[in-house]
Amino acid sequence: MSLAALQKTMARAVMQPLTPSEHMQTTAPDGRSMRTYAARFIKPNDRLTSFERLEIYNRQYWFRLLSSMIEDFPGLRAVLGDRKFEAMSKAYLVDCPSQSFTLRNLGARLETWLRKHPKWAGSKRELAIDITRLEWADIEAFDGKAEPPLRPDNLGGEVGAKLKLKLQPHISLLDLKYPVDDLLLEVRKEDDDTDFASNAFQERHKRKRVQAVAKLKPAEIFLAVHRVDDSVYFRRIEREEFVILGALREGKSLGKAIQAAFRHSRIPAGERAELVQKWFQNWATLGWFCREKGPVVPEAS
Amino acid sequence: MPANRFNGFTEYGIGIGLRAPHYNHILTRKPVCDWFEIISENFMIDGGRPLRILEEILEQYKVVQHGVSMYFGSAEKPNREHLRRLKELVRRTKTPWLSDHLCWGSVDGRYTHDLLPMPYTFEAAKLTAQKVREVRDYLEVPVAVENVSSYAEFHVSEMTEWEFLNEVVERADCGILLDVNNIYVSSQNHSFNPFDYVNSVPAERVAQIHIAGHSKYRRYILDTHDHPVIDPVWKLYERAIQRVGHTATLLEWDDSIPSFDEVHDEALKANKFLSSTLLATAV
Repeated sequence: MSLAALQKTMARAVMQPLTPSEHMQTTAPDGRSMRTYAARFIKPNDRLTSFERLEIYNRQYWFRLLSSMIEDFPGLRAVLGDRKFEAMSKAYLVDCPSQSFTLRNLGARLETWLRKHPKWAGSKRELAIDITRLEWADIEAFDGKAEPPLRPDNLGGEVGAKLKLKLQPHISLLDLKYPVDDLLLEVRKEDDDTDFASNAFQERHKRKRVQAVAKLKPAEIFLAVHRVDDSVYFRRIEREEFVILGALREGKSLGKAIQAAFRHSRIPAGERAELVQKWFQNWATLGWFCREKGPVVPEAS
Repeated sequence: MPANRFNGFTEYGIGIGLRAPHYNHILTRKPVCDWFEIISENFMIDGGRPLRILEEILEQYKVVQHGVSMYFGSAEKPNREHLRRLKELVRRTKTPWLSDHLCWGSVDGRYTHDLLPMPYTFEAAKLTAQKVREVRDYLEVPVAVENVSSYAEFHVSEMTEWEFLNEVVERADCGILLDVNNIYVSSQNHSFNPFDYVNSVPAERVAQIHIAGHSKYRRYILDTHDHPVIDPVWKLYERAIQRVGHTATLLEWDDSIPSFDEVHDEALKANKFLSSTLLATAV
């Protein structure tokens, strides 16, 4: 057996899901007996069969990846419950195995996958998608790229309708149907509190998490997930702010972005100029704007 | 060996793995520690807190990079994005040498995130050595390959693990990160004499040594890095030091991580063996 063939054969078995009792399946990926499959390339020893030796790697693979999912998506786990989350994670990892050298990117395709496979979220589809988006945005904001920011003073002489601004790469803009920012903060608080707690204490907190999810009512919110001084924040923003920032990210000019934001806005026309000025002041103070190369370039008319 | 071309001609002492639970202690108390080993993949990112911490550590300590996903033994080509990011980090840390494992873990661009054992064949040795050379030439830094703990052996193997290691490092002309705990774990799982392994390693290629703890089960041992180093592993370390001399030594502790002092004290037990080597050299 060549090196490539051996590695493919072993990887297929290692990445095959475990049984509900967390053992290796008895049927191999090719439909034959796993005992025969393992014996083809793995030697037994005086203590373990080929099957058992392969099983060690099969179990390690799933334990490692499921731990990573639990670590990255505690909010989604709270929404779905432990068992459904585990089942969903297994199905996701079968469809979307890691394609990155780092486990950091394991959940990169989860939102898209969940949209295609809503059955894994059951009746909580929208809530599950919202919290998944927030948790992935949190990962991106934690260690995403930050360019040198343009502060309010840098913007002073350059603001004009044709101005184009670049948004910091680590910022995610989210339009959500549920206030999942509150939920995630609650879940994290509970998790922190239970780190060293007794089983009974943890059970009580688990119930509190379930209650927090159950009482969460739909409410449209707009969020900017960003980083300041190495800490990630969830900042609620107005719909109009969301549209302006989104348009700037797409490369639209300032004038066009503002126009788009107020097209169907309920904000009275007389208040808009002052609001926009205040928003820009805030965004620039938070360092949300940057220029990667060269000066800020006005859009060609 | 003390200072050689495989560790950038450095004379590093005893270090420990840089782990998140110790960040605060290290940055506020600034404990004396010869050097830290970082997991490269944890810092191959674009920004944020991990890189800021790394910068602060680099200002005060010597740092060496250790990777977990280069997969020198995978039959596929190295991932370009991985290499690009790794080189960026090498420039940032100025690591005198870089290590990763003699194993495989990816197939067709899919990653297992495990250190899977090699079949000890000449074909595998040739391919692995070629990849080590490619990576070293691209990164422009000495590379050392680490022996892994394993739980399986293959029918196709044509040699022992240590013969395979020697075959790879000779073909690649690279260094060795000798993990004596891994040797012990594999020796128990595959019933060989671990001293045969240590005695067969080309001493002049050893750039660094790893020590660690593991977990013993009824029928096999798992390399878990969550316990102190056991006596049989210290004996292997002693033998390794007798052969290779006063070599950069690092304790790995990755799970159930105790306080910085506890980990560091465990690592410093290596001094007993290192100093006896120095005495032997002096007389």
